[in-house]
Amino acid sequence: MSQAAAATLDRSTSGFGVYNLKLGMWVFLLSEVMFFTGLIGAYIILRFANPEQFAEPGVVLNVPLTALNTFILICSSVSMVKAFAEIERGNQKGLRMWLLVTIALGIVFLSIQAYEYSLLAHEGFVPVADAYAAIGRHGGETIVGGPLYGATFYTMTGFHGAHVTIGVLCLMFTAFKAFRGGYSAQNVGGVEIMGLYWHFVDLVWIILFTIVYLI
Amino acid sequence: MEGHTHSSPPAASGTSSATTPAPETSHKAPNYYLVWLFLAVLTVAEVGVAFLSAIPKQVLVIALILMAVWKALLVALYYMHLKFEPRRLWLIVAAPLPLAIILVAVVLLEQW
Repeated sequence: MSQAAAATLDRSTSGFGVYNLKLGMWVFLLSEVMFFTGLIGAYIILRFANPEQFAEPGVVLNVPLTALNTFILICSSVSMVKAFAEIERGNQKGLRMWLLVTIALGIVFLSIQAYEYSLLAHEGFVPVADAYAAIGRHGGETIVGGPLYGATFYTMTGFHGAHVTIGVLCLMFTAFKAFRGGYSAQNVGGVEIMGLYWHFVDLVWIILFTIVYLI
Repeated sequence: MEGHTHSSPPAASGTSSATTPAPETSHKAPNYYLVWLFLAVLTVAEVGVAFLSAIPKQVLVIALILMAVWKALLVALYYMHLKFEPRRLWLIVAAPLPLAIILVAVVLLEQW
């Protein structure tokens, strides 16, 4: 199949009024919704069934640090949507700049998450421990919990972190293509699809932050 | 509002554009910075509410979930442009939501 024919196939509209690549990304994202629902559902049932294994918000997990990380991911969503808006106007320079900003913010998010993990591990909060003892930040009391807390926490945030990592790698590819002039006002599909994935990752974190860190 | 329009889906590039005309769904781009401001304020409000000991736990949980859903909707509607997509696409997007609710509800019922 020639490149022109492939482009026609990719951008032809489906019965849902959007082009096929976009429809495909939406369907993929909806499968991801079910994936994360499974994880969150498991967390809820385990927490209800074993409340003694879970600490109150802010006792073990560092809420201010993670709130900052949430803000950074929200900022990366703005930069991603600005990249899309710029290429819709045909502004190549703007596209490249905002894509680089998004990549930088994604890397900062992952770095802070890695730093958070290292702090938690230092306090003994690891996914495989039968019991952990962490020094609480409020009053310095010793917190004793169970393995379910660590297992569910690292599973949910770890899978999300993996999604962010994949997103950053895909963003790098998109930026590479952008620097080679691969997008134009008439060809914005790749940037839009990349944006859909990135915003979804942000959306999932918004839910996870509330359920894991605040409730 | 920002000073440009957003067309979705994009027209095909090159010679293929003549064979695959895109449906016309042009609209004014939303004010992305205003949405960002809402998201930032809601995040600060969430953290503040989470540590209000005066509020009963059940009320606090409901308030936090409502704020999280509000933020998620802002991202989906404005950053993912769902608000401007054809209504037929909304059907696909809405499809897994009842399934997700059923999944969590059944798991919870089993516990009780």
